[in-house]
Amino acid sequence: MLGREEIERKKIKEEGTTVIETGNHAVSLAAKFARADVVAAYPITPQTQIVEEIAKFVENGEMNAKFIRVESEHSAMAACIGASATGARAFTATSSQGLLLMHEMLFAAGGYRLPIVMANVNRSLFPPWNILVEHSDSLAQRDTGWIQFYCASNQEVFDTTIQAFKIAEEVNLPAMVNLEGFIMSHTHMPIELPMQDAVDRFLPRREHLWKLDVDNPGTFGSMSNPEYYVLMRKGIEDAMKEARTKILDVNTEFEREFGRKYEPIECYKCEDAETVIFAMGTIGKESKRAVDELRNEGVKAGVARIRLFRPFPEESIKSIAEGKKIIIFDRDCSFGKGGVLSTEIRSVLDKPASSYVVGIGGLDVPYTTIKKCVERANGQKDEWITEVHP
Amino acid sequence: MMYEIRFHGRGGQGAVTAAALLCRAGFLAGKKGVQAFPLFGAERRGAPVKAFARIDDEEIVLASQIYEPDYVFVFEEWLIEYAIEGLKKDGWMIINTKKKPEDFDLDCKIATTDATGIALSNNLKVAGFPVINSSILGAFPKVCEEIKLEHITQAIKNYWPGDIGKNNAHACEQAFNATEVKE
Amino acid sequence: MIPLSKPKKGASGKTGMWRTEKPVLDKERCTNCLLCWVFCPESAIYRTEDKVEIDYEYCKGCGVCANECARGAIKMEEE
Ligand code: SF4
Ligand code: SF4
Repeated sequence: MLGREEIERKKIKEEGTTVIETGNHAVSLAAKFARADVVAAYPITPQTQIVEEIAKFVENGEMNAKFIRVESEHSAMAACIGASATGARAFTATSSQGLLLMHEMLFAAGGYRLPIVMANVNRSLFPPWNILVEHSDSLAQRDTGWIQFYCASNQEVFDTTIQAFKIAEEVNLPAMVNLEGFIMSHTHMPIELPMQDAVDRFLPRREHLWKLDVDNPGTFGSMSNPEYYVLMRKGIEDAMKEARTKILDVNTEFEREFGRKYEPIECYKCEDAETVIFAMGTIGKESKRAVDELRNEGVKAGVARIRLFRPFPEESIKSIAEGKKIIIFDRDCSFGKGGVLSTEIRSVLDKPASSYVVGIGGLDVPYTTIKKCVERANGQKDEWITEVHP
Repeated sequence: MMYEIRFHGRGGQGAVTAAALLCRAGFLAGKKGVQAFPLFGAERRGAPVKAFARIDDEEIVLASQIYEPDYVFVFEEWLIEYAIEGLKKDGWMIINTKKKPEDFDLDCKIATTDATGIALSNNLKVAGFPVINSSILGAFPKVCEEIKLEHITQAIKNYWPGDIGKNNAHACEQAFNATEVKE
Repeated sequence: MIPLSKPKKGASGKTGMWRTEKPVLDKERCTNCLLCWVFCPESAIYRTEDKVEIDYEYCKGCGVCANECARGAIKMEEE
């Protein structure tokens, strides 16, 4: 006999709720399914459709939320902070320059320990203007106290956004779900939508431990002595540590309810590999094809796609990397140091690793290029790939 | 087997929507992995645009552009020189034209259909321009066995509910019947 | 390389390719007031000894010139 969940899943399949939609639409739908109470957002390419769609949902009554129009991303985050501080489920979305403008408020959200969820559509930074994908915008927010996920398919965007609300609310930290500009935000892919009541079951309303309440007055973030300040800052770091295990628990629960699961690192043929590629986002996905072709040619390769960047899954990285040759792909750069992901991964390894900076400014990264990089990697120097077909 | 399809049109003709519709048709045909995306440049009416679609039995892992397509759609004849680039040796070129496949001297298989004529006769216009995406897709089932005409017309009707969908589906059928092929 | 660009012809490629309608100049009506020359977003209208001329390599067919010309000296025609 089928369990309740299985019947539900069967029903979902039978009712054909798989839609083919863009990554942006996956985000809007997830915010709706998660029943966000307040959405404050400012449009920016390539995120605009998210805001448009949510505004539409609110307008036609499909979504029972307050949509706050703001004059900048800084204000968008400020409004989310205000809303979340009163106990509302707050959501926003941005990209690139918008995220940079939010920077100050991101620290505030992290420091106030508010479970705000945000989708960021990864886009290159100015100047010169470029609206295509790069991970530099979100990686520049590394230290703000936000949990960070990087997705590689529209289904993953939808599912991760739903999960992000639960994780954020359990550890009292804000969470950012990253999807890549155009490559995902404007790409149509199948998305299997759950039943609303299944999401409601997975994501119940939670009483906040603390909130702004006129009947029980309090002040958020007033002046603090070092003795208290240090404890509050340590609290953020402790919460990040707690998030490591919470993320696994939430994932298990998610799998039980919806039949899909996402590890912090998605491994493909890593176990018996001699060479392992580390990458985030669609490069990590595209690498699977490179791995298959390399294996056909006798090169035992595998790929580890890092989905969770903060908290950084260092123990898993260590064990995946053990005894293997490591090649790291970055779609970003910390000028003066090189790829951000490479720097982080190398910090937990006790051996050299090859590092490639690829796909800057949306430069296409076909699997053939990934393959070429793997073939010529020697573990010594860092390299920038500045052509589509080097 | 994965099909990789590239569309060559100009801004406003509906190349991007054509890719989105074709991947939906692929899904209706039972394909698990479908994907459609535009070549992301500035979106300007009249400028040459490219769009891509992939259809596969398994989930698609590729996110890069398509450099060696199995099929190319050409919305205007002058785009042939761009469309032929990288087209596989036994690949198909589907051209919107009044001419016959025999009128073209190209190193690939050719299908032709008068999508513009059919779009105009069905009054499919946006801001005065004929929108030929639904019509030109009618040629596809003639050159790809796995995707049937009804998958495409159903995808069109799902995409545009009501009369708009019906009109576009009708144009698609007409274009299907008017398609001529040369292997 | 630094992100500083200098004005030059065809920074977006041969924008003449984009055209579906083209502006046709009636020199008889033109008073050489240069309004179209000022407004053309592609700088595809240039001055000569006599009257203005249109560079069809780069004219993208937007119709701004036809709209601005107070003399009605520019008409948009199908390509
Ligand atoms: S605006 Fe009209 S009248 Fe003036 S220069 Fe141009 S074409 Fe001639
Ligand atoms: S149609 Fe537009 S681009 Fe062409 S000459 Fe007139 S203003 Fe310039």
